[in-house]
Amino acid sequence: MVNTTLLTALVPGLPLLGAILIATFRRSLKGNTAGMLGTLTIGSAFALSVMLFLGFNPAAGPQTAHLFDWIHLGGMNIPFAFQVDALSLTMMLIVTGVGTLIHLYSIGYMHDDQRVSTFFALLNLFTFAMLVLVMGANYVMTFIGWEGVGLCSYLLIGFWYTTPAYNYAARKAFVMNRIGDLGFVLGLAWLFSVTGTLNFTEVFDKASNLDTATLTGITLLLFVGAIGKSAQLPLFTWLPDAMAGPTPVSALIHAATMVTAGIYLIVRSSVLFEAAPFTQDVILYTGLITALVAATIGVFQNDIKKVLAYSTVSQLGYMFVALGLGAYSAGMFHVTTHAFFKALLFLGAGSVIHALGGEQDIRKMGGLKGTIKITYITFLLGTLAISGLFPFSGFFSKDAILAHAFDRSPVLYALLLGGALITTFYMFRLLFLTFYGSYRGDKHPHESPAVMTVPLMVLAVLSVAGGMLNLPHVFGGHEPMKHYLESAAEGVSSEYLHLSATTEWALMGLSTLLVVLVIFIAYGRFAKKATLYLEADELSFFPRLFARKWYIDDLYEKLFEKPYGWFSSKFSSIGEDRVMVPLMNGAGRVTQKAGQVLRLAQTGNMSFYLFAMVAGIIVFLIMTLYGV
Amino acid sequence: MESLTSVIRQVPIEHYLFLSFVLFSIGLAGVLFRRNTIIILMCLELMFNSVNLLLTAFSAYHNDPGGQVFVFFIMLVAAAEVTVGLAILVMMKRNVDSVDINQLNRLKW
Repeated sequence: MVNTTLLTALVPGLPLLGAILIATFRRSLKGNTAGMLGTLTIGSAFALSVMLFLGFNPAAGPQTAHLFDWIHLGGMNIPFAFQVDALSLTMMLIVTGVGTLIHLYSIGYMHDDQRVSTFFALLNLFTFAMLVLVMGANYVMTFIGWEGVGLCSYLLIGFWYTTPAYNYAARKAFVMNRIGDLGFVLGLAWLFSVTGTLNFTEVFDKASNLDTATLTGITLLLFVGAIGKSAQLPLFTWLPDAMAGPTPVSALIHAATMVTAGIYLIVRSSVLFEAAPFTQDVILYTGLITALVAATIGVFQNDIKKVLAYSTVSQLGYMFVALGLGAYSAGMFHVTTHAFFKALLFLGAGSVIHALGGEQDIRKMGGLKGTIKITYITFLLGTLAISGLFPFSGFFSKDAILAHAFDRSPVLYALLLGGALITTFYMFRLLFLTFYGSYRGDKHPHESPAVMTVPLMVLAVLSVAGGMLNLPHVFGGHEPMKHYLESAAEGVSSEYLHLSATTEWALMGLSTLLVVLVIFIAYGRFAKKATLYLEADELSFFPRLFARKWYIDDLYEKLFEKPYGWFSSKFSSIGEDRVMVPLMNGAGRVTQKAGQVLRLAQTGNMSFYLFAMVAGIIVFLIMTLYGV
Repeated sequence: MESLTSVIRQVPIEHYLFLSFVLFSIGLAGVLFRRNTIIILMCLELMFNSVNLLLTAFSAYHNDPGGQVFVFFIMLVAAAEVTVGLAILVMMKRNVDSVDINQLNRLKW
């Protein structure tokens, strides 16, 4: 039997080691060395995760790998410990598995970049932080990872820092996340003040003693953190801008792993959320509105990565809907399949961008299916998966959420189905405009090297077959993932569905039928003749509303940026120029004037100095004697 | 053999106090009112030694040899101080051709 603690520590340890090594020797590492090293460390972490997965017995409960006591103050004890259970193992496998493929892909994608070693160091560091986030055995560890991934996200969005717009996007992501983080920290502080501990197992044991109002407050604050990290309304605007980073970054951080941290947090704290029905409703409606709003915006985007970004926001909305419904395993299932197909789509988009030498505007693409065949086929599979067509992975995960929604209310179901159909529409618009019709650009497309296409193929297989992970009963499966997660998340075991098999079949049939219909509409509009949307100003009201992102960015600019800028300039012109500067200068001037007067006391006469000295001593002597 | 401390104790303490007070005052007056720098240095030594005398007397009366040890330290420091002072004096003589302390009036604004 191998030492489990050591194995557990090595999973995040290896990427950290890789990051340190690559960062230290980044100047002397030539060519692909950094990429190979980075991929190797993540690959090893994946292998270790698989070993832990195989050696883990769900019935035995969570295994804690206690490394050392970290913060030990008074009654507070926060150990530096990792927790291995079904939930963290699921996330570990996603992070390291998808992470390995994306690292491998990056070797090809970032091949020509001058700072390729720095890139891999940051990517490894990100993986380390993400693993700490999902493996931590207490909220503080989770928070470290939470901030770590935020930092790496910031650094990687602004990786090409010579373009000011990219720096602006990075800053936006950082600030938006910080708003969410504030909620997270406040939630933790409140949680600590009422339970006296932040270790997962102890907190969940004590949760039943808390009253509903307290739990609602705490969970709402934790949810604010999740909103920031997982790009939900009203804090979602940073994610589309985050596409400024290199495409593998978008795939790894802004699609597959980091943005799902919010979902992980809620599933992890499901005990608390289960006891706060109001928060669950808030989550449900936030997710629902986000899913629909982001989907409508996605239809009118012309940047290949922006479409995928809004689709990510929308899919994250679906996951939150699942969590709001208490369907934690359905949410985690969608996290998993989404990691597969969205990473695939982003990497496919990266391959297209690579083929076209950096072109991202789908209006200048078209007809690429003949020239970049592997990318086309894998992208098609990814699109089918996200559209939720049977038997692709997206079908099963989305259907699980839709079934739970139908169980709650048919209206909710209809809205979510509508959102899913919009998703299908814009994804196929993207596919058709990119790969069908005739080429509208002036570049010479070329297929990407094998190091990029192999990860695409692996992810395509996972996107197609990922549904098998949680095959529902009506298909003869027994939802293995749900049963697996039961051991980790308290809420999962209370998930239930009142739907009869017939209803389920009918719902699936309906959604499949509509999806196929939408694909045909999209085919007619975008494949046969490429209908290109105009600039936002030339559209009619609703399309313009969508193309302008519901004016949310403009609203924030008017509501926060402009007043903030106004206050800053006022503080500068009044506070700084008229208060602080005169104050500081005044202090200097007083000193100067005083010096000018007082220096006259220095006559230069030695006898006088001596006399003054003796007189001073006598004064002090008298003061001492009379105790003045 | 009669010890030194008992010899010192044969004189009442008030006498020592008075003597050292007078010596100190003479030294102080010299420092303040004389203009010859050599005299000033000598007066400084006088003040040192008046304090030394007092220390020795008290040390004897209190049966505490610490005071006498301290006197040696003061002597040592005074010797060091005098070397510096005399060096300054030599330089002063070379530069302004005088030992009058009022000639050193350039240390001002």
